[in-house]
This record gives sequence, C-alpha cells and structure tokens, in this order.
Amino acid sequence: MEKKAIRVAYGEAIVKLGEKNDKVVVLDADLAAATMTNGFKKAYPDRFYDCGIAEANMVDMAAGMSTMGLIPFCSTFAVFAGRSYDQIRNGVCYPNFNVKFGFSHAGITLGEDGGSHQAIEDIAIMRVLPNMTVFVPSDATECYKCVEAAAEIDGPVFIRTARLPSPVYEERPFTVGKGNVIKDGKDCVIFTCGIMLEHCLEAVQILADNGIDAALVSHHTLKPFDEELTREYAAKCGKVFTVEEHSIIGGLGDAVASSLCGMGLKHFEKIGINDEFGQSGKPADLLKAYGLTGAQIAERVMKA
Amino acid sequence: MDIQQLQSICRQVRRNIITMTSKAGAGHPGGSLSATEAFVALYFDVMKGVDPQDDKNPTRDRFVLSKGHAAPGLYGTLCERGFFGREAFDKFRQYGGILQGHPDIKKCPGVDASTGSLGQGISIAVGMALGAKHTGNPCHVYTIIGDGESQEGLVWEASMAAAHYKLDNLTVIFDHNGMQIDGTNDEVMSLGDVGAKWRAFGYDVIEVADGNDMQQVLDALHAPACPGKPRLIHLHTLKGKGVSYMEGQVGWHGKAPNAEQAEAALKELEG
Repeated sequence: MEKKAIRVAYGEAIVKLGEKNDKVVVLDADLAAATMTNGFKKAYPDRFYDCGIAEANMVDMAAGMSTMGLIPFCSTFAVFAGRSYDQIRNGVCYPNFNVKFGFSHAGITLGEDGGSHQAIEDIAIMRVLPNMTVFVPSDATECYKCVEAAAEIDGPVFIRTARLPSPVYEERPFTVGKGNVIKDGKDCVIFTCGIMLEHCLEAVQILADNGIDAALVSHHTLKPFDEELTREYAAKCGKVFTVEEHSIIGGLGDAVASSLCGMGLKHFEKIGINDEFGQSGKPADLLKAYGLTGAQIAERVMKA
Repeated sequence: MDIQQLQSICRQVRRNIITMTSKAGAGHPGGSLSATEAFVALYFDVMKGVDPQDDKNPTRDRFVLSKGHAAPGLYGTLCERGFFGREAFDKFRQYGGILQGHPDIKKCPGVDASTGSLGQGISIAVGMALGAKHTGNPCHVYTIIGDGESQEGLVWEASMAAAHYKLDNLTVIFDHNGMQIDGTNDEVMSLGDVGAKWRAFGYDVIEVADGNDMQQVLDALHAPACPGKPRLIHLHTLKGKGVSYMEGQVGWHGKAPNAEQAEAALKELEG
C-alpha cells in the first residue's frame, strides 16, 4: 500500500489551493522544511511569509492579514499550539477571523525529539475554543479534503497532521462534521481519528481472527462532532472503545463520551496517552510503550 | 478643523470617559485620559476614510487599540465621531451593551480589532499593515500601545517583523504615562531607554515632549513617512490628564469615580 506522511499531503494541498485561490497566503515560523510549507514557498514566494521563530506573532499577524481579505494558513509544530494559544483564542477565535492552522508533528510518533515536542493536548485545547473547527485527517487523501474544506469555511480551522508516512486508503466520502464507517460490525465499536486508523484496522483484523465482529468508525472532524453516527454505532454495538494518539483527556475519547452520556452502555474505554508526557524513541517503539499498536488495542478489546 | 475645535472635542471625550466609567462603576479612566489627544487627533484629523455610515470601507485607515483597557477613550471618541449615540454609555460594561469591557469588533461599530490581551494589538496591526501591502491597499495602520504593555514579549516579536517587512504604513503610538496597575513602570519593570530600544528594533522614532498637547501630537502624526521603516511616536503623557485629582495617580488606572467625584471631574472639564 502507498504510504505518505499527512504533513506532506498538507504541503501539496496548500500548493493546489494556492493555484485556485490567490487570496491564500502561507505563514510559517522557521519550520517550512518540516511542516512542508516549503512547497508553497517555492511555488508562490510572494505569498509566503516567514515569521521567524515567533509563533505568537505569526498567529496575530495572520489575524491582521485576514482583515485585508486574505486567507492565511499558519504552520508550525502542533506542540506550539500551546505557545500561541492566547493569540489563537483572543486574536483569531474571539473575533472569528478567517485564519487556518495546519500544525504538524502531532503526537508521540514525532519520535526522537522527545516529550518536549510531542503534542498530546492540542486537540483538547482547540476543541474548547468557540468558532474553531478541528480536523484530524487519517490519511493523505483526507488531508487534501480537509485543506479544501478549510478554505471554504469562513472562520478559524485547525488541521492536525503527523510526521511519519502512513497508508493512503481508498478515497472515502468527506463531509465536514460527518464520521466515516470504515468497517461495519456488531460486537463492539472502535472510534478513532488520525493516524491511529492504521493501527485500529490491524486490531479489527486480529479481533475478526478471534471471532469478534468489531465496527470501526473514523472521525476526521473532531469539532463539530458527528454525535449522531457515534450514538448510532454505540447503541448498535453496546461496547465502545476510542483510540487516539492524544491524551485521553479532552480529545476524541471525551468527544465520544459526551456524545454517549446517559446511554447506559455495556462498556466504554478510552485508549490513548494516559495523562502523561511522551519521551524520545523510535515511533514504533513509542507506540508499543504507550499501548497503541494494533495487537495491544485488540488485546484491550478482548479483555473487556 | 482648527486646534481649538479639536481641543474642545478632547474635553467632551474626557467627559464621556468620566460619564461611562462612573455609570459602570468600573473601567480604566487613567490611561484613557492620557491618550485622549491621540484618539481625537486620529479620528478627527489624521485617519483617512473614517465614515460612520460605512465602517467597513476597505481602504479606510485602520486603528487598533492595543492597550484595549483604554476602551473608554476609544468609545468616547467614536461616539463623538458619530458611530453611536451617548446613550450607549449607559450599557458600558453591562450585559447586552455594544461597549464591552474591552473593544469587540463583533459588537461595536468602528472598532477594527478585538483587543485587551496586551501585546496582541500591535501584532495584529503589523499583520494588517503587511496584508495592506500585500493586497495593494493604500490604507495606513495606527495602533496605540501602553508603556506597561511593552513589557509583553509579543510587542518585540511584532516589532522585529514590522522592521523586517519594512512596514512604513504602520504607526505605533506609545502612550508613556509612566504608570501601570501595581505602580510606576520603574517600580514594576523598568522600561529603560524607550526611544533607543524602538530605534534599535528598526523604527523611525519621533519624540513628543507633551503627548497631551494637541499641536505636538498632530505634528508628529503628520510627519512625512520614513520610506521602508515603521514609525514609533513616543508620547510623554500624564496619566489621568484633565481631572486634577486623577493626574499622576497610579490608583486611577482601573478605578471608576463615584457620583460625587464624577460631578467634580465633569465640572472641571466644562467649557
């Protein structure tokens, strides 16, 4: 299967978008070679603004530029969502300015740089902001669609992307705020987002080999959240699991949990980063250390 | 408009500041009064395209109140300029009012940016000036920042960018009244040589000895732009200017006058 890093897809998608829409400008904070905005920089040098290592100023500059009718896309590492949070909150979301955030290198699969750089809280802090739309694409194809959709939305949008190459799946339908059923099932349902889709697919196969018919639902939009589909599959399957490369506090798990409040489910379990920071290591080793491989996910489902 | 007329508007804006903070029982009169000449000079003489009937005209000059807590000064000026009536003062800081505690672009006509989180306004203004250059918009962007506000690191990130992108369509007005919530700047966090710091960051700096003297403020704001450089106008002002019991008093940074004090202030500001 073809593999492509979602951040690479992001870089390609903004170049395509730039072709169609001359209002699109791109801002980066000295990480263009990592966030992959360097493609845009090359294609449209007069629409690319390096802000230097000053993420907070990048966000408010983008806010100001949006008032001139431009559509700024800002990029940096997802961990710096925290560093520029006041600017995202008061500078962009409070006045509902038309600024997009394509933040890369999210989660522990950032790997070797270690816990200081591994965002495990970005989804939580973005979901809680009024006016913000939150996308967590699960593959390159979905990322292209998230970028296109972001340009159509008149307001702030956050797109979380990952560092490592991950599988590119067959094209799926894409509607903002609508989850996708990847596999139907009746014994339990797994909700996931982002690159954990790959590991959940592996888990579902292991479960099938063990006679468990698990449904798998992928949410590319964490806000607005598809509560209807979530409730439908929880009601149908009874046992619910959530899997994310993010803290189990405030991310997908909690979005699912608040959708299912009062349903009296047989079982509900959040699988993710258990309120702790990451650390240096090879991404594959880290996924194992934090219990996020397909085999480990399947094991937790079978134990429940 | 001649200078007497502008001075007369300043007196009315100061009365507005006293009226709205007194009615609300809260707000920031001290730093609103120190910046009054700057507000009035901008909205009645300097800024192009200001039109209460068309407050979204794309080529209008922009104003960002980076020291957003001086909202009473901005509201008092916008009101005199015709953006809304004085009845709006009754709901300053109150539920359902257009005059929020800090300026809100979604609620108040004539406001170009929502501010209040210090340091952000100048950064947004830098983005506006850059966006204007990018789109070929001839507008000029003005922002007023506080002296205490310049303790925020973001002010310097923004300033580095303003010089890097050669934003000669940006004017930063530095309201230097020397006081902030917890005391004088020197007691809280010394600012050092303000002019030298901004020059070092690449600004063309104009010193204004008395930032509450309308003629001096106008002269600075009308000085020809320095090609390729953002401008800083360093206004030496008096906190609480115009209300004798507030002048030079740290305590009037964020405190409203009571009814009796307001009456005395309004009397002082007559004529």
